[in-house]
Amino acid sequence: MADNGDDDSHCRIKEGDYVVLKRGDIFKAAQIQLKKKVIFEKQWIYLDNAVGHFYRTTFEIGSGGTLLLKTPKEMESSTAAKEAGADNRNIVDDGKSQKLTRDDIEMLKEQGLKGQEIIQQLIDNSSTFKDKTEYAQDKYIKKKKKKYENTVTILKPSCRILAMMYHGREPGKICHLRHDTLAQMLTLANIHAGSKVLVFETCSGLVLGAVMERMGGFGSVIQMYPGGEPLRPGVDYFGFPSHFRDMLHEFPICHVNALLTGTLNTKTKDPSIDSEKSVLTAKDVQQDKADVKQQGSPEEQSREASSVANTSDDQEKEDREKRKEAKAQERKAKLEEKRKKMAAAAALLDGRNADGLVIAGRFHPCPVLLGLLKFLAPSRPFVVYSQHKEPLIECYTKLKEVGGTVSLRLTDTWLRHYQVMPNRTHPLLLMSGGGGYLLSGTTVAVDHSKPAGSLRAEEPAPKRLKLTNTEG
Amino acid sequence: MVSEWSWRQSPRATPSYVQKIFCPFRMKLTGFVAVAEVNMSFVEYSDHIQDGDTAIIYLGHDSMMPVKVQHGAQTQTRYGAIRHSTDLIGKPYGSKVTCSKGGWVHVLHPTPELWTVTLPHRTQILYTTDIAMITMMLELRPGSIVCESGTGSGSLSHAILRTIAPTGHLHTVEFHQQRAEMAAQEFKEHRVDHLVTVRNQDVCKDGFGVVGVADAVFLDIPSPWEAVKHAKAAMKKQGGRVCSFSPCIEQVQRTCEALADQAFEEISTLEVLLRVHDVRTASLPLPDFGSDPTETPEKTAADSAPKQTNVTIKTTTPPREIPGHTGYLTFATKPRT
Repeated sequence: MADNGDDDSHCRIKEGDYVVLKRGDIFKAAQIQLKKKVIFEKQWIYLDNAVGHFYRTTFEIGSGGTLLLKTPKEMESSTAAKEAGADNRNIVDDGKSQKLTRDDIEMLKEQGLKGQEIIQQLIDNSSTFKDKTEYAQDKYIKKKKKKYENTVTILKPSCRILAMMYHGREPGKICHLRHDTLAQMLTLANIHAGSKVLVFETCSGLVLGAVMERMGGFGSVIQMYPGGEPLRPGVDYFGFPSHFRDMLHEFPICHVNALLTGTLNTKTKDPSIDSEKSVLTAKDVQQDKADVKQQGSPEEQSREASSVANTSDDQEKEDREKRKEAKAQERKAKLEEKRKKMAAAAALLDGRNADGLVIAGRFHPCPVLLGLLKFLAPSRPFVVYSQHKEPLIECYTKLKEVGGTVSLRLTDTWLRHYQVMPNRTHPLLLMSGGGGYLLSGTTVAVDHSKPAGSLRAEEPAPKRLKLTNTEG
Repeated sequence: MVSEWSWRQSPRATPSYVQKIFCPFRMKLTGFVAVAEVNMSFVEYSDHIQDGDTAIIYLGHDSMMPVKVQHGAQTQTRYGAIRHSTDLIGKPYGSKVTCSKGGWVHVLHPTPELWTVTLPHRTQILYTTDIAMITMMLELRPGSIVCESGTGSGSLSHAILRTIAPTGHLHTVEFHQQRAEMAAQEFKEHRVDHLVTVRNQDVCKDGFGVVGVADAVFLDIPSPWEAVKHAKAAMKKQGGRVCSFSPCIEQVQRTCEALADQAFEEISTLEVLLRVHDVRTASLPLPDFGSDPTETPEKTAADSAPKQTNVTIKTTTPPREIPGHTGYLTFATKPRT
């Protein structure tokens, strides 16, 4: 973010901040809460001691899960090898090269030895280490470091880090959307400050958060959500400043048809039960009622128990009435709030002049895309993500039929990482097999004069096969 | 010899984004051209084509051209001429325009991505796939201060400007004087000049012309390892991200060494390639093995209706040839210093 001068306050970890814990290539989102355990890599840790330190600080996990500042001296490896073999002709895998047993190592750990010290012990007790080539020694140390080093680095969350975290930890929750694919989406949809973007996603809020980050609090994002409530736990992990919330709007897709036909009623000023029903689905109301019942019953039970000891039954009744009324009021306020939110989102959508559309998730993209494209102004980009190619082929075919779009392109990206070292540069041995597919395009003014869908030069007419008998 | 252009003082007194933030619903313009409408810019959409805009003419699949809209001017296309005054000015972006020979085209609002595929090449350029990756991995967002070298044809610069507007700034350095001047001219025409400073100098010798201000630095020069120390100097003391783009692995090797020497962290090299899937209808003929004597007579009767000899499927094919290498992207983090 723009921070001019030397104001460092935003670079320091504060209580309540959303952060990302990192060790090697492993990331985990967490919130800084005092005296709260966080599990990271099968370890309980307390983040209390991180408060006040700068982001990107690396800590050692001490006994009892407390964080200890890692001193820079320790960071420097003292394991520089003095001796090295020329090749591996004398190294035999007999399983006897390491003199320390599993129990010995466990004992060292219990004695409170740090990762670095354990690694040194392992090297000292390895009969083959000095015969390994320089390269193999490096590799050995790196491998052991990964196993025994007990550190965690605390990062400020960003789209880059969260996308890599989700893809590494819980790809199922983001429909296997790889971070480079998300990068393509944000660029292809021309997401930028000051625009009005529609987002439909079931990727835990990662895509929504990424869009919000790129808009920097300027403009509006409308989350088109399926079901009763918008789901976006991932948005919290971004740790946006509170004013970012102001650009976020939400609209339930179950009312899209009503909005498009102009039958959506959001104008009710005095919400009686009837008008509420016209705005909110009956299901919502029922759900609210169920909530009230569930919350009410244990309370009532406890009150019944206490009333035996207490005297005035009338007083109880009055209290109960009051509480009921308060609950009803609360519910009413909640519904009213929801109605207002929807009205605001509906007003934004009504102009049908949105600047971008981003779709990603489990839903069949075809109906979602065709439904939501109607809210876009002409000459605006859209992008659809799917883990599978076939639904996007269907979208492509359908869009060609109905017209109103140009520059349609179905793509995916191939991502390869490299090990770069003197004399040892090569692609990493493992790479991601696929990061999902994207369909992107641009809207244009719909031509009503004649049926669109000209395949002009976009798809060559399939050649007629000479051998087939077309008469059948 | 260091010349510098700076147009931070935008001709527009109030940036038009301000208007958008405080006005929840954009005014829908009806009728002809409204005077109050915002001008086209590469960082902000406008609804109607106006004199002075840069518009993108969409001629057909993968065939587009940029047009500087001018009263009285004409543009020739393979479908005939487009007369700016009558065919373009005042029309909404996205409109279909009929050319003099009767063919038609669509007129699109410019975006950095459309510009990338239509811009006049003065150098080898960066394409959208790499640009998207660079933007995310450099953690660019509104407000970011970015240093870039070289400016080249401005493909990446436009994308950076789109992402860092309205509160960020781009310092771009180009050692070729004419290229620097032309880039500066384009930024002005595209109404993003208030967000960028173009410097005509050699980044390896003279650095970026700023110290301690950048959140991110991007290098696309022949010997990036010589600019690593300048990149570090240009960055904020709180740290930031750096990226170097190089086509050759030897360049990557030397750059990574230089980055490690300058205490950069999280050094990571990757390559990203776009794969296009062309949607096609394929007709697959079915073989005829003759009549099957083991089949029951009723079944053969039912099948005696005209036999299907083809199955038609919707599928995709890869293009015959695709770009198989653009360059390696090396990213690193500058720690707090």
